[in-house]
Amino acid sequence: MENIVLHVNDVHKSFAGLHALSDIDLAVREGETHAIIGPNGAGKSTLLNVCIGRLKPDSGSVVFDGVTLTGKKPYEINQLGVARVFQTPEVFPDLTALDNVMVPALAKRDGSFKMSVIKRLSREKGLRAQAEHMLEDLGMADQMQQIASEMSRGNKRRLELAMSLIQKPRLLLLDEPTAGMARHDTNATIDLLKKIKEGGMTKVIIEHDMHVVFSLADRISVLAGGRIIAQGTPDEIKNNPKVKEAYLGEEQV
Amino acid sequence: MNQGSLTKDIILFVIFAGLVIAAPVLLTPLGAGYPDLLQKFAIFGIFAIGFNILFGLTGYLSFGHAAFLGVGSYASVWMFKLLSMNVIPAVIFSVIVAGIFALLIGFITLRRSGIYFSILTLAFAQMSYNLAYSVLTPITNGETGLQVRQLAPSDRAADYVLNLRDEDLRILDQAFGVVEQGIPITNLFGIKMSGYPGFYFCAVLLIIAFGLSILIARSNFGMMLKAIKSNQNRLNYTGVNTRPYLITAFVISGMYAGLAGSLLAVTDPLAGAERMQWTASGEVVLMTILGGAGTLIGPVLGATLIKYFENIFSAINDNVLQGFYSFLPDSLNEIAVAVSGMFVGKGWHLTLGLLFMVIVVFLPGGLMQGFQLIANRFKRKKKTDSTQHSKQAAE
Ligand SMILES: Nc1ncnc2c1ncn2[C@@H]1O[C@H](COP(=O)(O)OP(=O)(O)OP(=O)(O)O)[C@@H](O)[C@H]1O
Ligand SMILES: [Mg+2]
Repeated sequence: MENIVLHVNDVHKSFAGLHALSDIDLAVREGETHAIIGPNGAGKSTLLNVCIGRLKPDSGSVVFDGVTLTGKKPYEINQLGVARVFQTPEVFPDLTALDNVMVPALAKRDGSFKMSVIKRLSREKGLRAQAEHMLEDLGMADQMQQIASEMSRGNKRRLELAMSLIQKPRLLLLDEPTAGMARHDTNATIDLLKKIKEGGMTKVIIEHDMHVVFSLADRISVLAGGRIIAQGTPDEIKNNPKVKEAYLGEEQV
Repeated sequence: MNQGSLTKDIILFVIFAGLVIAAPVLLTPLGAGYPDLLQKFAIFGIFAIGFNILFGLTGYLSFGHAAFLGVGSYASVWMFKLLSMNVIPAVIFSVIVAGIFALLIGFITLRRSGIYFSILTLAFAQMSYNLAYSVLTPITNGETGLQVRQLAPSDRAADYVLNLRDEDLRILDQAFGVVEQGIPITNLFGIKMSGYPGFYFCAVLLIIAFGLSILIARSNFGMMLKAIKSNQNRLNYTGVNTRPYLITAFVISGMYAGLAGSLLAVTDPLAGAERMQWTASGEVVLMTILGGAGTLIGPVLGATLIKYFENIFSAINDNVLQGFYSFLPDSLNEIAVAVSGMFVGKGWHLTLGLLFMVIVVFLPGGLMQGFQLIANRFKRKKKTDSTQHSKQAAE
């Protein structure tokens, strides 16, 4: 019944013989928060890389809202409404926090290219107010003029979240958004993500922190060794013997 | 580079314009107050400002920008030969031709980034240089260089049996009945472009070029260029197609170079292929880094300094040195002259190299970074001073 926003169809990806992803089928429903969990090296980040065009799958396809993403350029995929927060924070290190947020805001408003040589960036009052608001929402009001490279890892992550959220994407892909954050900030991020959810944004979230996963996820897919070994609601996953085995197996190593 | 306020930018622009206009007076005490040298400062200032729009903002280091300088010169001399000795058509045509040429080269070289981009641009410039000496001789006049010549006799011109390398047409000048005696010199609606009028023509263009570079740096477009330099990958995932931005920046900086090349031809209507050589491309890199890449004033400062020292140092010969060291006994004098001789005259490039090394090692942000450091130190001192004052006042 529900509208499927993201469809991953039978995706395979291997790196020099290493099967990073095999037989991946995934359907993300409109408005849901879909968590992907799994041990280190399971292929979680690789899956997101295939979705946003950083990697080309060996076979299979990714369809977003009826449009095939496979083969499209990363900027085209973003312009369709897919934004991503990376596992290792990817910001513009030489720019201030505010400019870091202004750039995606401009890209959202003006499209992938616009010759705008005469108008001063400082006269973009509307966008600027939006960007400031976003940073305030994320508790970064006093860091707006800070250069991104001088920020802590946790703050870079929050900044990157602001960079994605300012674009109001239809689909937000989050790769461990709370890793490296203090407990307090983690909880603040969870609250923020819950708030976004009320706005109806569809999210795929990779997370190791089970507290975060179980507070946010509507459905969970478990990835191990490049395969989806289980899929279901948080309760179903909690009690799934295969999942326990995958995680226990990891602990024994 | 931070987002300066509009007022600050206007002040900067006005001060810059004032300094350029007053340069003949200001630089006289330094022995540089004569038009030929001042003109060079202005021309290479334009070249470096344009180069900085590409390198300073996007981080893409072109090692072939002299090609656009050369193209600009050739295009201007052709305008002088075919249309008019008036500089306006020449300047416009040069900027357009250099822009088209940059579009072509940028389209190909910008498929790569980093060192591969640098090498590709270098290869293209060297190719242009070699072509100018070989197959393009009909356009460039090979080793002799392209020059303004006397008019062809009108009967020959009508029969189209011209040798355009040795005889000129100047259709517009002829149409307006300009009388020529001997080989004419460039002019702006009758004002001869030699001496101070020549300098002020370049100076006005330098001021405009500088103003435009401020606009670009502060615009949305400029912010995208800075984001490319900072993290191009991230920008792609942010929905920005970086390639057209880079190509545009490349074309703009190529047009600046074409303008500079045109002005070189305005001051001396002669174009030769050596202007495209890789050493000339390297020089603008040095100017920009020496002054401070990515800053607004740095490139002009670097260009002025390098052209100034080139002028001073390369003019010093052994005789001058002997005079300078005459207080030393003969044997010491000889040694001193021999050692110093390595750094002056033709050896001035050694001095330049050393200066460059010192800057890059100790001040990677160029001279502008040096000024910034000094300014910050002063500010701090002032602050501590004033807090002390207020303490005393409180007591
Ligand atoms: N570009 C690449 N080239 C070669 N191998 C890669 C590449 N990217 C990922 N891999 C390999 O693919 C496997 C899956 O990596 P991936 O980063 O997707 O794991 P992950 O589930 O995100 O792990 P983690 O929880 O540690 O982030 C790993 O074995 C990794 O070494
Ligand atoms: Mg990962």
